[in-house]
Amino acid sequence: MGLLSLAIWLPIAFGVVLLAAGRDEHAGVVRWIALVGAVLGFIVTVPLVTGFDTSTAAMQFVESVAWIDRFNVNYHLGVDGISVWFVLLTAFITIVVVISAWEVIDQRVNQYMGAFLILSGLMVGVFSALDGLLFYVFFEATLIPMYIIIGVWGGPRRVYAAFKFFLYTLLGSLLMLIALIFLYYKSGGSFEILEWHKLPLSGTAQTLLFFAFFAAFAVKVPMWPVHTWLPDAHVEAPTGGSVVLAAIMLKLGAYGFLRFSLPIVPDASQEWAGFVIAISLIAVLYIGLVALVQNDMKKLVAYSSIAHMGFVTLGFFIFNKLGVAGGIVQMISHGFVSGAMFLCIGVLYDRVHSREIASYGGVVNTMPKFTAFAVLFAMANCGLPGTAGFVGEWMVILGAVEFNFWIGLLAATTLIFGAAYTLWMVKRVYFGAVANDDVRQLQDLNRREFFMLSLLAAAVLWMGVYPKPFTDVMDASVAELLRHVAISKLN
Amino acid sequence: MNDMNWIAVYPEIVLLAMTCVILLVDLFSTSPRRTTTFVLTQATLAAVALMHLSWFQGGFTLIAMQGMVVADAMGHLLAFFATVATAVTLVYARPYAADRELLKGELFTLSLFALLGIQVMIAANNFLIVYLGLELMSLSLYALVALRRDHAVSTEAAMKYFVLGALASGFLLYGLSMLYGATGSLDLREVYTAIAVGQLNPQVLTFGLVFIVAGLGFKLGLVPFHMWVPDVYQGAPTAVTLMIAGAPKLAAFAITFRLLVEGMIDLGHDWQQMLIVLSVGSMLLGNLAAIAQGNLKRMLAYSAIAQLGFMLLGFTVTKISGNTFSAVNGYSSSMFYLVTYVLTTLATFGVIMVLARAGSEAEDIADLKGLNQRSPMLAAVMAVCMFSLAGIPPTVGFYAKLAVLQALVSTNVTGYIVLAVVAVMLSLVGAFYYLRIVKTMYFDAPDGGAVRLDDGPAGVRGLLAANGAAVLVFGVLPGGLMTLCVEAIRLAVAVPA
Repeated sequence: MGLLSLAIWLPIAFGVVLLAAGRDEHAGVVRWIALVGAVLGFIVTVPLVTGFDTSTAAMQFVESVAWIDRFNVNYHLGVDGISVWFVLLTAFITIVVVISAWEVIDQRVNQYMGAFLILSGLMVGVFSALDGLLFYVFFEATLIPMYIIIGVWGGPRRVYAAFKFFLYTLLGSLLMLIALIFLYYKSGGSFEILEWHKLPLSGTAQTLLFFAFFAAFAVKVPMWPVHTWLPDAHVEAPTGGSVVLAAIMLKLGAYGFLRFSLPIVPDASQEWAGFVIAISLIAVLYIGLVALVQNDMKKLVAYSSIAHMGFVTLGFFIFNKLGVAGGIVQMISHGFVSGAMFLCIGVLYDRVHSREIASYGGVVNTMPKFTAFAVLFAMANCGLPGTAGFVGEWMVILGAVEFNFWIGLLAATTLIFGAAYTLWMVKRVYFGAVANDDVRQLQDLNRREFFMLSLLAAAVLWMGVYPKPFTDVMDASVAELLRHVAISKLN
Repeated sequence: MNDMNWIAVYPEIVLLAMTCVILLVDLFSTSPRRTTTFVLTQATLAAVALMHLSWFQGGFTLIAMQGMVVADAMGHLLAFFATVATAVTLVYARPYAADRELLKGELFTLSLFALLGIQVMIAANNFLIVYLGLELMSLSLYALVALRRDHAVSTEAAMKYFVLGALASGFLLYGLSMLYGATGSLDLREVYTAIAVGQLNPQVLTFGLVFIVAGLGFKLGLVPFHMWVPDVYQGAPTAVTLMIAGAPKLAAFAITFRLLVEGMIDLGHDWQQMLIVLSVGSMLLGNLAAIAQGNLKRMLAYSAIAQLGFMLLGFTVTKISGNTFSAVNGYSSSMFYLVTYVLTTLATFGVIMVLARAGSEAEDIADLKGLNQRSPMLAAVMAVCMFSLAGIPPTVGFYAKLAVLQALVSTNVTGYIVLAVVAVMLSLVGAFYYLRIVKTMYFDAPDGGAVRLDDGPAGVRGLLAANGAAVLVFGVLPGGLMTLCVEAIRLAVAVPA
C-alpha cells in the first residue's frame, strides 16, 4: 500500500471504527482514538513533501490498480506540485478540527469525529485521484459527511443550509458527470485524466465541456453568482464544519479548474477567460463590499472567503506563471487563515453563544492571549506582509498587472476592502471598552485552544516569512501546465 | 428444438415440488412461529438459488420443453437474484407477519408460487409461457395483498391491484394475439425470424406492439400505467409490499427483454421511442409526486416509478441509426441497475418492517424522526439506502446510474446526450426527497425522547446489517457484479435465432 493510499484509507478506517463501535459513554476514548487517527493520517503525508522531486512535473508516488474492468477504470493515484500541498493541508486541518471539537461536542461524539475523519480521507482522495471516475466518486462522496455534519451539529437553520449545500453542489457535479462520460467515449474508453490532457477536441465540444466543468467547480469554489449556499452553510455549520469547508472543500473546486478545465479544454479556457476574469473581479469587488455590511462574524468571514477565492480563479485565468502559482499559494494560505478565523469565532461562540458582532466589544481586556492570535489572523486575512495572506495576493496582483494593468488595479482594491471589513470587525469585537457582562466574564484560552491556535499561527507566519518551500514544489508543475495550456488542442 | 432437455428446468421443478410439499407439511404444523415451514422454505430457496447459480456458471443456453422455455445465462442469473430476494424478504417478513397474525402457511406457499411464476416468465420462450408465468405470479400476489382480509385499506389495494392487473394482462394478451396474427407463431424465435424476413403487415405489427408495450408498462409500473403502484405499496402489509417491490421487477425486466429484444428487435426503432416517452414520463411524475408524499411507503412507490423509468433508458439505445452496437451495453446497464435497485429496496423495506411494532406501522416519514438517536444501526442502513437510491457515490446506486448514462452517451447522438442530461436533472429532483428521509432520521429530534429501540431479532438484524453493507461494498467494488450482468446479456443476445 502506497503513501497516498495510506493517507486516504487510514483516516477512513479510523472513522469507520468510531462509527461502528463508539458510544457516548466512552466519549473520552473516542476523542483520543480520533486524535490518533488524525495524527497518523498527517504523519503518513509528511514524506510526500520531504521526498518530493521538485525537478519534474510528472506525477509522483503513483499507484495504479485496475478497479472496474467494465469501464476500464483504474484506482490511479499520484500527486504533482499542484496537489501535494493540499494533501498535507487536509491532514493538518483534520488534526486541528479534532482538537477544536474536544469538549465542545458532547453528543454523538463518535459520529462527529468519524464523519470528519472519513471526510478527510475522501478529500485527500480528490486531490490525489488521477482517474476521472475515481475523482468523481471522491468529489461526490464528500457531500455525505458534510451534509450530516451541518445538519446534525449545526445552528438553528441547519436543515435549510444542509439541503442547500447538498443540492447546489450536486447540481453542478451531475453535469460534470456527463462531461466525464463524454470524455470517456471521446478518448476511446479511458477515464485517465492524463490521457484526457492529450486528447484533441473540437471547438464546440470544448465549449460544452468547459461549461459542464465550470458548473461543478464554480459552485464549489464558489464563484459569484452561485455562491449563495456558502454563507448559509458556513453560518449554520458547527465550527469544525466551517473550518473544513473554508480551508479545504472550497479548494476542491479551484483544484478542479487546474486538473480538468485548463489542461483538458485549453482553447475553450482561453476563449472564456475574459468571462471568468470578469466574474472573479465581481467576487473580489462586490462580495468585498457585501462583507463590509455583515453583522454576523461567520457570515463576514464567509463572504471574505468568496472574495479571496475570486482572487484564486482570477490568478488561474490570466495564464501566467505568477498568476497561477499565486492562485495556488493563495489557496493554501487561505486554508490556514480562514480556518483560523473560524476557529477564533468558534472560541468566542463556545463562551457567549453568539456570532453577532454587536454582542462583543473590548474582548482584549478579558482575553489578551486570544486577542493576540485573533489579530494576527485578521492581519493575515487582509494580506499584511509577513503573513501567509500577503504572498499569494501579491503574486496574483503582479501577474494581473503583467496581463493587463486595469485588471491588476481592480484586483488590488481587495487589499483595501479586505483591510476594511476585517479591521472594522476586529475593532468592534476586540477593542474598545468592555461592552457587556458576557464579555466581562470571558475566560482566556485554555491549554487546548492555545495549542490549536498556535499550530495555525506557526503555519501562517512560516508561510508569510519563508514561502519558498511552497513555491519551489509547485514551480515545475505550474510551468508544465502553462506550457500545455498554450498549445491548441483543436482538431 | 423438440427436445425436452429436462435439465434446463430442474430448478423450477424442484421449486414446484417443494412448494407442494410445504403446502402439505404446513397443514400439520401447529407452531404459531411456523418454524418448520420457514426452515423448509428457506432450504428450498437456497437449493433453487444454488442450482440457478451453477447453471449460470455452466454458461450454456438450452431450449427446452419442446421450444417452450429457454434456459440461458441471463435467465439463470435473474432467477438466482429473484430467489435470493424472496428468501431475504421472507426473513424480514417473519417477525413482522407474526406480530399481525399473518404468519400462516399461505404467506410462504403463495410467495413460493409467485417466485415460480417469476422463474417461468424469466425462462419463457413462447408467448403463452410468458402469459402463464405472469398470471401465476400475479394471482399469487393479489392473494398476498389481500392476506390481511379484515383490513379495509389492504382489501382496497388488493381489489385495485387485481382489476388493473387483469386489465394489463388483457392488454398484453391482445397485443400478443395481434402479433400471432401477423407472424403466425407464438414461439419467440419464430416471431423474430418472421419479422426479420419481413413482408408482414407493418400496421398490424405496430398495433400489436403498442398493446404489448402498454401491458409491460403496467407490470413495470411506468407512467401513464402507474396508478396502481402507490395504492398497492401503501395498502399492502409491508412484507407483501416488499414481495411486490423486489423480485417481480426482475421478472418484468426479463419479459421485457424476451418480448421486445429477443422477439422483436427488428421493430426496435418503433418500441424504443415508446420507451423513451414512458421513461421520461415516469422520471418526471415519479420524482415530483414523491416530494409531496407524507407516507413513507407511498413515497417509495413513486420513487420506484422514477427508478424504473431510469432503468428503462438502457433499453432505448437498441437501434442507433440502423445498427445495434450499443444494445448489449444498454441492456446490461439496465440489468445492473435493476439488480442493485432490488438489493437496495430489500434493505429499505427491511428497516421499515423492523420499525413497525406490533399493532402499529412505521408508515409515515415522521415515524423516522430522530431514528439515529434511537437506533444508529437502522438509521445507518436506511441512510445508505437513501443515498444509493439518490445515486450518490460511494453507494452502488451511483454505478447503476453511471452505467445507464454511459450507455446513452456512448451513442454519440445529440438526442441521447440531451436525454442523459434530462435524466440527471430529474434525479437531482429525486435527491431532495431521499435526503429528506436522511434529514428526518438524523437532524430531527425523536418525538418520544431518545429511547433506544429494539433492533429486532438477531437474525433479522444481522441480515439487515449485511444487506446495508452490501449496498456500500458493491459501491466500492462494483466491478464483479457489472461483469456478471454484461456476460449474461452478451450470451443472451448472441443466441442464434
